[in-house]
Parts: sequence; C-alpha cells; structure tokens
Amino acid sequence: MSTTTLDTSAQPIDRFVSAFQVNHGQALNGTNASVAKRREAAIQRFQELGVPTRKQEAWKYTDIASVLDRPYTLPLGPNEADVSARDLDPYLIDDLDAHVLVLVNGRPDHSLSQLDALPEEVTVTSLKDAGTHPAFKAHYGEYADAEDEVLTALNTAFVQDGAFIHVPEGTELEQPILLLHVNAAQDDLLMQPRHLFVVEADAKARVIGRQLSLTDARTFTNTVTEMFVGERGYLDHYVIQEEDDNASQVLSRFGYHEGDSVLSTDTFTFSGEVVRNNMTLTPDGPNCETNLYGLVIGHGSMHVDNNTLVDHVHADCVSNELYKHVLNDQSTVVFNGKVFVHRDSQRIDAYQSNDSLVLNNDAQIYTKPELEIYADDVVCSHGATAGQLDEEGLFYLRSRGLSQERARILMMKAFAQDVIDVIEVEPLKALIEDRVQDRLRTFAS
Amino acid sequence: MALLEVENLHVSVEDEDIEILKGVDLTINEGEVHAIMGPNGSGKSTLAAVLAGREEYVVTDGSIRYKGEDLLELEAEERAEEGVFLAFQYPVELPGVSMTNFLREAVNSVREARGEEELGAADFLKLVRERAKLVDLDPDLVKRSVNQGFSGGEKKRNEIFQLAMLEPTLAVLDETDSGLDIDALRTVSDGVNKLRSAERAFLLITHYQRLLDYIEPDHVHVMVNGRIAESGDKDLAIRLEEEGYERFQREPAAA
Repeated sequence: MSTTTLDTSAQPIDRFVSAFQVNHGQALNGTNASVAKRREAAIQRFQELGVPTRKQEAWKYTDIASVLDRPYTLPLGPNEADVSARDLDPYLIDDLDAHVLVLVNGRPDHSLSQLDALPEEVTVTSLKDAGTHPAFKAHYGEYADAEDEVLTALNTAFVQDGAFIHVPEGTELEQPILLLHVNAAQDDLLMQPRHLFVVEADAKARVIGRQLSLTDARTFTNTVTEMFVGERGYLDHYVIQEEDDNASQVLSRFGYHEGDSVLSTDTFTFSGEVVRNNMTLTPDGPNCETNLYGLVIGHGSMHVDNNTLVDHVHADCVSNELYKHVLNDQSTVVFNGKVFVHRDSQRIDAYQSNDSLVLNNDAQIYTKPELEIYADDVVCSHGATAGQLDEEGLFYLRSRGLSQERARILMMKAFAQDVIDVIEVEPLKALIEDRVQDRLRTFAS
Repeated sequence: MALLEVENLHVSVEDEDIEILKGVDLTINEGEVHAIMGPNGSGKSTLAAVLAGREEYVVTDGSIRYKGEDLLELEAEERAEEGVFLAFQYPVELPGVSMTNFLREAVNSVREARGEEELGAADFLKLVRERAKLVDLDPDLVKRSVNQGFSGGEKKRNEIFQLAMLEPTLAVLDETDSGLDIDALRTVSDGVNKLRSAERAFLLITHYQRLLDYIEPDHVHVMVNGRIAESGDKDLAIRLEEEGYERFQREPAAA
C-alpha cells in the first residue's frame, strides 16, 4: 500500500501539514474534483485551528491530542489488506436482507459488496466514483463544518474515499443499506473516510453502519459523514461501534434536513479505545422531526464522548434526544448535548435526556446538557441522571427466585431497553439485543 | 415437624445498634394461617423481611428453621426456590423489565428447584390467564413492565397473582390490605382463600382486623416492641380492634 509515515519529530500540526504538502497534487488529487477543490482551504484551517487541547470546552474531558500524537501512517493508495468474504461472514447481520457495501480501511471494496438487488435509480458507490454525480456535486462539503471543526478540516484535507448514497426523489428503499466498515489495518493507520448520504424529497432510506476490526492494530479513524434529507424525506442512520479496544476514532456527522422530513440517528457503542462522536443536526424547514438515540456499554478503559448539537434554525419542529450509558470497569463516558433554538424558531418542542448506570467506583460519567434558547414560544426539557442498580428492585426479583446474576442482567437490560426499542429494523434489533446481553452478562458475573 | 420454627429471634439493622426484634418465637405448621398484628414500629415487617432474606438485617441471636433446615443459611432466591414467598408491602416498579419475561423466569426457576419441567410459552400463558382470574387481574397487565403504571390495588393484586403462579409453601403477606378499598380487599382475600390448602401456610401481617373478616386465621399473634406479646385464636383480633394495643404497650411484654 502506498503510505506516508508521519514525521513524529515534528509537532503534530506540522506533521500533517508537511504530509499534505508532500502528497498534494499527486495521491491526494486523484480523487475527484469536488473533493480536491476543498483540500487547500481545509489544511489551512487545520493549521490555524490547531489540535484541540483540553483547555477547549468541547474537548475538556477527551484528550484527543495524545491520540493524534502517535506515529501513524497515512494510507494514500488503494487497499492491499487481505480480506475475504469469509472474514466478513460473522458480521453480516442474521436474517437481514440488505444492500451491502463493504469498506476496508475506509475504502469501498466492490468485490466484497452485495449491491445487485439495488433498484436501478438508487446509487450506492464509492465517493471516488461519485465525482460526476449531480447530487454529489450539489451536496459534498455543504454541511460538514471544515471551518470551525478541526478534525473535520483535517478529514476534508486528506479524504481519499468513502461511501456515497443517493436515493432519488420519491423512492422508498425497502431494504436497508448496510455499510460494513472493516478495520483490517496491520500498521498503525490513520484513516479518514468520508461519507455522503443524499435522500431526496419524498424518498426514504435506512442506513446501518457497522464498524468492526479484524486486527488489533492501534489505529485512528477520523470519519466525516454528511447527510441530506429533502422535503418529506426520511432517513434513519444506525451506527454500531464495535472496533477493537486498541482502535480510536472521531466520527463527525452533519445532518441537514428540509421541511416535513424525519432524520433519526441511533448510535450503539460497545468497544473502542477513545471514541468521540460529534453530531450536528440541522432541521431547516417546518414540521421536521429530529431524533438522536445512543447507547454506550462501557467496559475496560474505554472512553466514549458523545457531543451532540441540534440546531433549530427553523420554527415548528420537534427533536428528541435520549442517550443511555452503562459503565463498568474503568470506562469513561462524556455526554455533551446541546440544543440551540434560534430567535425566530418559535413553537419548537425539544426533549433531551441522558441517564447513566454506573456499576462501580472506577467508572466515570461527565454529563453536560446545554440548552440555548432565544425564542419565547418553545417547549424544551432536559434531564440527566446517574446512579447504580436499584437494590430494592434486585431484591424483589431475587425474592421471586431469580439469581443475583439474572436479576442484575434483567435490571441492566431494562435500563437500556428504551434505546433498543426504537430500532425499526427487526434483525438489527435482535443483533443489538444479543450484543447488549452478551456484554451485560460479563458485568453481572 | 413444623413448617416454620422461629426461636428467640433477635434482629438488628445493619450498621446500626438498634435492635428491632428482641426474641421472637413463632411456630407455623403446614396449612395453617397465622396473622400477626401490632402497632407501627413493632417489628412485624422486619420479621417478614428477615424471612424473605433481606440482607440489611442482621440476626444477632436465635434461629429460623424451615422444613427442618436453617433458613438463614439460604440466599433470598434459594428461599424462593424452597417455597418461601413474600408479598411486598410496597411492590417495586421495574420500568423496562417485562412482567412476562420476569415471571416466566421466576416460575421456571422455582419449578426447576422442585424437579418439575420448564413451562413452555403456551402452557405459561394458559397458567397466567387462569391465575390472573383468581385475583381478577387483567391478564393484559402482564404485557407491561413489572408494576409500572399499575394502580395501588393492581400492584397488591399482582403480588397475590405472583403468589398463585409460584405456588409457595409459606406465603408471607406484608400488609397486603393496606391501601386497598373494600372491593379490592374482598377480591384479594377471595384469591388468598382459594389458594389456601393443606400444604400451604400463610403468615398475614396487618394493622387491621378488617382483613381477618375475610381471611379467617387459625392463630393470631400480637407483636409489640419486637416480641410476640400474646397469641390466641381469631377472637384475639376482635378484642384488639376494640381495646387497641395500649394494654400491651403499658405492660412490659412477658419474657
């Protein structure tokens, strides 16, 4: 694989800038024109903004600088990772009839994908091959904030490939699209995939992103995903994070949706070293419904930081946010949920809640709900709780014959249940149920 | 051999130097219905909690033998498997814990301990419908989370319904009558009466004689200040209703 090794004798910022300069005009410009034209400005912004430190409010509890300051290599050519269909078998979701796009180390691999059943008018392809698609040209880079978000700027400068999905006006895609994100890195790779989902007016799609690792390499993935939903459209985006415990990532999602549309995100985090999920959702039209759900099952020394913003720039919308965390061992969860209601955005209903079950003294939760409201006719609520398993409830179950272990599992599962219940794809729900049960079983014994 | 033999039971609250039970003696035979009455704070509910295996109480002296074995050696779930059942004074709401899943697991763990076969889904549902009828409980409530959104009366009926599902040998009812209106009290009592059998004993804990109009006890005990102050038949309950507990509180209880 063609790679560039970062020069660790230089400051992290300079390392990336010099790697950019070395590769600019060659490897980096082979992608497509829409992508290429944004690179220069992005690397410049990256240089100006600098690597976030813990002095910045948004990164107070997540030391991303030390994750970035590792001797990574940047992959700048096609994959040479040796992944076979058989390697992926265990990760295809049982009973799920889906259109599957496999991405190995951030790049689509069409030979491993299954897209034959895709309706002709729907596009699921690599970002690299999407350059001439009118929707790609119209939407790429329009929602991701490469101006103020330093990791989004870094991604925009270095992006090589990713997934592009286009569902044209009026098309309701019946089967979900499964994006299998396979981390098969042998080296300590720094990958920067970039995805764009465009769901046009009156169209409907469900996209499931499942992240997994086939190796235990100490990788870092800096992903940017842009989502657009047109009027009366519907997009449900599920993300299942179960990379190796050595793998770190920043996943920045930017969703923009027009009037009368629904944009939902469900994020399930089971493993990873440092996982930062940035989410900015902007409902820009009347009667939008915006949903954000998340579940973190923390074990070992996992560090998960969910940083969300619902930006109510338009009146007459509803947003719902619910995050649940079950924390064991020395795991840490950070939740920062911001709801911003602009001055003219009247009649907004915005609900936010996050609850944490902290199973021992070494686990930590930092939670910060933030409501910034400038309109006067709105209904907004937020709530945050942190606690332990209810002893009274455990005793009730045991007094009816359930073992201590079973009682604990039932109670932990019950805590997570309402986030699982929002999953509308039954085989996916079954998978999440299993994954949650498996993990909780290890917590209870 | 008696089903339950409580001898000189002394109980304190964990971490505190407060003795709540100060030498309780109580013998219950198979099939008998006993009622314990007494003023607030006399230790009635503590006795129920200790029988069910609550860990925040410490037995400092005395013994409890159940079917000839040391009950205090058993964990709460083991007691349930051995046929001890506590109907809670305040049944716990468990949002997200499905009543059906929980109850099926409970029934099957108790059945397994008795050497019986696991109930399949169909047989289980049949049993649910049959036993729910005993206490006039809407079987659809079983589709909800445990006790969540149940009225006070439904929670108490749900306790007796679970009793009926688990078929215990010793059922302890901790103030099951409190918070029930007359109609609900009659329904719950009818349910209990239908569950009386030669093998199943009941220990009813109550403040009021009213319950005993519906469920006729074989023995009535008065608990005052951590001890059984007097025992008798159902007439004792009627006398208590007329005279109150004052008589016992003024005189020190007999040792």
